[in-house]
Amino acid sequence: MSQLSFDLVIVGVGGQGTLLASKIIGKLALSAGLGVKVSEVHGMSQRGGSVITHVRVGDAVHAPLVSLGAADYLISFEALEAARAAAYLKEGGIAIVNTQRILPMPVITGAAAYPADPLTGPPLSDHVVEAVDALTLAVEAGSQKAVNLVLLGRLSRHLAFEEEAWKHAIASSVPRATFATNSKAFEAGRVQA
Amino acid sequence: MDENKLISAEQFGMPLREPQLMLGNEAVARGAWEAGVHVVSSYPGTPSTEITEAAAKYEEVDVQWAPNEKVAAEVAFGAAMAGARAMTCMKHVGVNVAADPIFTAAYTGVNGGLVICCADDPAMHSSQNEQDSRYYARAAHIPMLEPADSQECLDYTKLAFELSEELDTPVFLRLTTRISHARSIVKQGKRENIPVKTYRKDMMKYVMMPAMARKRHVHVEKRESFLSEAANQMPINEITMRDQEIGVITSGACYQYVRDALPNASTLKLGMVYPMPMKLIKQFAGQVKRLIVIEELEGLLEKDIRAAGIACEGKNLTGLQGELSVESIKHALLGTPMPVASGVDLPARPPVLCPGCPHRGVFYAVSKLGLRVMGDIGCYTLAALPPLSAMDACLCMGASIGMASGAERAQGKAFSKGTIAVLGDSTFLHSGIAPLIDAVYNRQSITVLILDNRITGMTGHQQNPASGLDIRNQPAPAVDIQKLCESCGVTRVSIVDPFDLKAVEKVLKEETERDEVSVIIARRACALLERSTTPPYVIDGCRNCGMCLKLACPAIERREKQVVINAALCIGCGMCAQVCPFKAIKEGVRAV
Repeated sequence: MSQLSFDLVIVGVGGQGTLLASKIIGKLALSAGLGVKVSEVHGMSQRGGSVITHVRVGDAVHAPLVSLGAADYLISFEALEAARAAAYLKEGGIAIVNTQRILPMPVITGAAAYPADPLTGPPLSDHVVEAVDALTLAVEAGSQKAVNLVLLGRLSRHLAFEEEAWKHAIASSVPRATFATNSKAFEAGRVQA
Repeated sequence: MDENKLISAEQFGMPLREPQLMLGNEAVARGAWEAGVHVVSSYPGTPSTEITEAAAKYEEVDVQWAPNEKVAAEVAFGAAMAGARAMTCMKHVGVNVAADPIFTAAYTGVNGGLVICCADDPAMHSSQNEQDSRYYARAAHIPMLEPADSQECLDYTKLAFELSEELDTPVFLRLTTRISHARSIVKQGKRENIPVKTYRKDMMKYVMMPAMARKRHVHVEKRESFLSEAANQMPINEITMRDQEIGVITSGACYQYVRDALPNASTLKLGMVYPMPMKLIKQFAGQVKRLIVIEELEGLLEKDIRAAGIACEGKNLTGLQGELSVESIKHALLGTPMPVASGVDLPARPPVLCPGCPHRGVFYAVSKLGLRVMGDIGCYTLAALPPLSAMDACLCMGASIGMASGAERAQGKAFSKGTIAVLGDSTFLHSGIAPLIDAVYNRQSITVLILDNRITGMTGHQQNPASGLDIRNQPAPAVDIQKLCESCGVTRVSIVDPFDLKAVEKVLKEETERDEVSVIIARRACALLERSTTPPYVIDGCRNCGMCLKLACPAIERREKQVVINAALCIGCGMCAQVCPFKAIKEGVRAV
């Protein structure tokens, strides 16, 4: 189950803190002596639009973007966004999804409908989906902003990095005052069944 | 984030290892710092913004936000002329604004090195057009380097300063979104101690009147032919022979896509995209069976290569729009089918104004009054989307005021009674002042609405001349926008709190009715900057009339037969309570 060469796509809604998650994984890969590229979205879509971050880890990483159908893992901060990004997953790829729903404006205005069950229906139905109530776990850990750490905790179960290495990467990426909360959120995701 | 507040890895017994993972933009700043840069002056613009932000973290460097790219380029030029190493950074459309000083700086040349970073945005992730900055290098006769990852961002920036001083020219560093906003591994070096050179008055070099400029133009052409020749020996233009069936000429992010898509193809990677190393290209062409140019946006390299009599393919395979990718290159060259999305119809998620955004109230009122809106560039452009749908036109930075004046000239003064020009504080200071003067001078009767949230919002909160803070968050003189408008000849300038919907509506009605230019300043800090301490609002007794949904607040959701407020998103601005006709929306109780 564990591997140190992988393509990962992180998606969510602008403003949810997806950039911190990719920053932590990047530092982790770097400290393990692996090649890594992380491609982020800044600017307009950070204002509540669909956002996507590409993370590629391995020996010879060239393109900064993950190809469609090539991702080993998909982390989604929101249910609908997981379905939207399903095409990035390769066969047998795993989607780790926060079950939180944030309604997009076309749904709020009634111009479109939110899918009844984005995690079990198509297009995600062909893939392994690990649903996590990361918002609740983050609030329990001390802050709803720690959703990203819960999801990383869950991802950590699939990757062969030591828990200590994760902690170092987290410590060097978050403000000192929030380390305890973030660390707790990470553990909550890591142990959650 | 303040890096000083981070827990350092050393505290965990793990030394901060070199190398580091850096954004392309951060690596440019690092490269400039290592090259001993003294002055950086820029205006923010995605995807270039983080270069200047990162530069501001190096205390040895004098870093500033300028009101616009033209000023930024002039400050950087002045610093270089006076002997400093200087850099200015902007997005592709910023180069349009700065083009005037840049074109003539190519004639004068420099004293200290001058590097101009321009970041293009293929696929328009956060831009209004897809222009290709490489044309500027050709048009202005300025050499242009293009890095392909963060390490090259650092290395090429240093090289750019050397070339600038050696060849007596400004040098462009061209980036694209996937280079600027990609993190990859970077080995860092030390800062070179470059003293500021002596300032010498030199009229023949720096006073560009026709007689002197004619002489300098000769220098420009000589420099360019010298560099065109030297380009053939530059190590950053590199041939790597693999399989000889396909040879690809490429640069920047495209090089990376090509390496993954066609790992066996021979490559000529251009580190300098202007001037081009035509002898090297000829040599490469002679070694491969099929020569293909892979470039995003315009088919610029391809045209020049053809013009030099070398047969090649390119845009016939890859097209002129958007970004390329590993998949699209495989598809174009190998016929591999493009992976397709599922075909499941999912609702789109366009960007929206944030919960508690002060712009929301203004556009709600504008939408209610049915005003035409000449819009501008900023977060508030998002009001163009439904349900606010409150924008008629958006062109470029500062264009709203000129467009409103032009529309009045076409349609008559009555038209302006149903029209407003809307722009933000930073955009107004960037390029809204001259059109405001124009409107007063030419007897227009337009109404200008300045959304003053004290910051440059869309690009991620950069200070501006009205913020009262500089790039390092130190107190700075703040431009008084009200007095500024008055001194332009505007006789009535009103200030309104955008959270007060009735007041906003009233002032809009009054000012649009007037027969002369008036300005309304809607003043409240960006919701992401000054976090509200009010608890989330709740709805009790909803009659499902849908009035609050017209605010287009992402925190307000319709669920079956009633509307609810998402407490995870609501920041307690209370605008929805003002529009609810049944007073069913109230301040909630703070969770313990």
